[in-house]
Amino acid sequence: MTLYLFYILSFVAILSGLMVVFSKSPVYSVLYLIVTFFAIAAHYVLLNAQFLAAVHIIVYAGAIMVLFLYVIMMLNLNKEVEPHKPIAVKFAAVIAGGILLITLVGAMRSTQSLSKAENVNSQIGLIENLGTVLFRDFLLPFEISSVLFLAAMVGAVMIAKKDKN
Amino acid sequence: MESSFIIGKFILAACVFGLSLFVAMYSTYFERKIAAFLQDRLGPNRAGPFGILQPLADGVKMFMKEEITPIVSNKWLFIFGPSLAMLTALMTGAVIPWAPTYVNGDTYFPLQVADINIGVLYLFGVVSIGVYGIMIGGWASNNKYSLMGALRASSQMISYELAMGLSIIALVMMTGTLSVREIASQQIGWHWNVLYQPLACLIFIICAFAETNRAPFDLPECETELVGGYHTEYSSMKLGFYLFAEYINMFISSAVISTLFFGGYNFPLIYNYVTDPFWVSVVGFAVMMSKTLFFIFLFMWVRWTLPRFRYDQLMHLGWKVLIPLSIINIVLTGIGMWLTDKI
Repeated sequence: MTLYLFYILSFVAILSGLMVVFSKSPVYSVLYLIVTFFAIAAHYVLLNAQFLAAVHIIVYAGAIMVLFLYVIMMLNLNKEVEPHKPIAVKFAAVIAGGILLITLVGAMRSTQSLSKAENVNSQIGLIENLGTVLFRDFLLPFEISSVLFLAAMVGAVMIAKKDKN
Repeated sequence: MESSFIIGKFILAACVFGLSLFVAMYSTYFERKIAAFLQDRLGPNRAGPFGILQPLADGVKMFMKEEITPIVSNKWLFIFGPSLAMLTALMTGAVIPWAPTYVNGDTYFPLQVADINIGVLYLFGVVSIGVYGIMIGGWASNNKYSLMGALRASSQMISYELAMGLSIIALVMMTGTLSVREIASQQIGWHWNVLYQPLACLIFIICAFAETNRAPFDLPECETELVGGYHTEYSSMKLGFYLFAEYINMFISSAVISTLFFGGYNFPLIYNYVTDPFWVSVVGFAVMMSKTLFFIFLFMWVRWTLPRFRYDQLMHLGWKVLIPLSIINIVLTGIGMWLTDKI
């Protein structure tokens, strides 16, 4: 049952991921990306990590993608107004993407297959355990990363602030 | 898990579905009756005694009207928008405990469709994707008023989601759980969360008004500025879906407010008189529904009392008043818990 679900979800995730790239309209790309996020959230549920699944939906599908969609709708990017890149830029993009692909495939080949970890706590993804781990074992990194987020937010507000002069 | 349990869950899910639709249907009638009462009019009184069949007449009218899909619209997304609005409106009912768990000897049946341990986060997840229905519909109409309505709706919902989430953190700090069923069962007797967290409750209710796009926050469909807002181009039952989704959202928000802050199915002293397990569930459900209906009434009362905000006032309230207040509330809750040795 879980295995079949895994295959179905993986199929949905990969198919919608491909559709993000191949869609002509940017709005469709964003919508397919949301479908991808949902498939990945469902993968988290299969791994018994419900907290991660919920937060994934709230943060990515619920907040970040809304902002993406917002910007695309505001700019009203359509096929007609999409700027056409010169052929040299397209060539450069293909070569750069191909090199990245080769690097990734090479990196994948050189990794050793992971042995199955023993004594894995299947309840680790539940919120109580996650909270305990975060706030007991990893308190300092957690706090530092939240300060980092705060700094990023202050920076965004500073940039967005209108110049008084 | 035996099959009778699963069948029971299916029946319960169907009941919640039917209940949401039924309450939403009659909310339209009561909205008009309450508006009439507040404005010293009679309201709908033609269809049946006291106009009680008015929702049916409205439904038939909605289905019979001509359906127009604008030729410049994006056809699939134009249909997808209202469907998504309806879908997300109906999803939230799954985690609300409608009555106390039915326990009779060995028989055990929770009257809640899904008791997940992250129930509160599930609610936020559904609320946060609820905005897509409006955004997609507004954009697909290919009309500048619709687009403006959709943009207003999305920025308003994102802004108020933050304050809503922060207000609920104080509650979660006190209850120590994210499961909606546990939050409800902790409030037995008079231990309603509103008495411990009045500020969080107030912020949550204000944000619920904004999330459901109800007056005084109904700027996405502000007819004096935007014709009809995001549903300007919609007609027939697709418009009906949008309007209906708003009423379902209102019902579910009322149920969430009563579950999280007003004790859910608990009422003081009631279990001293009722002990039979069947009647415990029935009375619990009746208490829950009466609280929910009171909040639906509150939604309507406010709508017909307060004028609409201006857009900058709305954003000011959300970002500069409600968010700082809820952060102060979190700090105060922390200090309070520290002083009373809860942590």
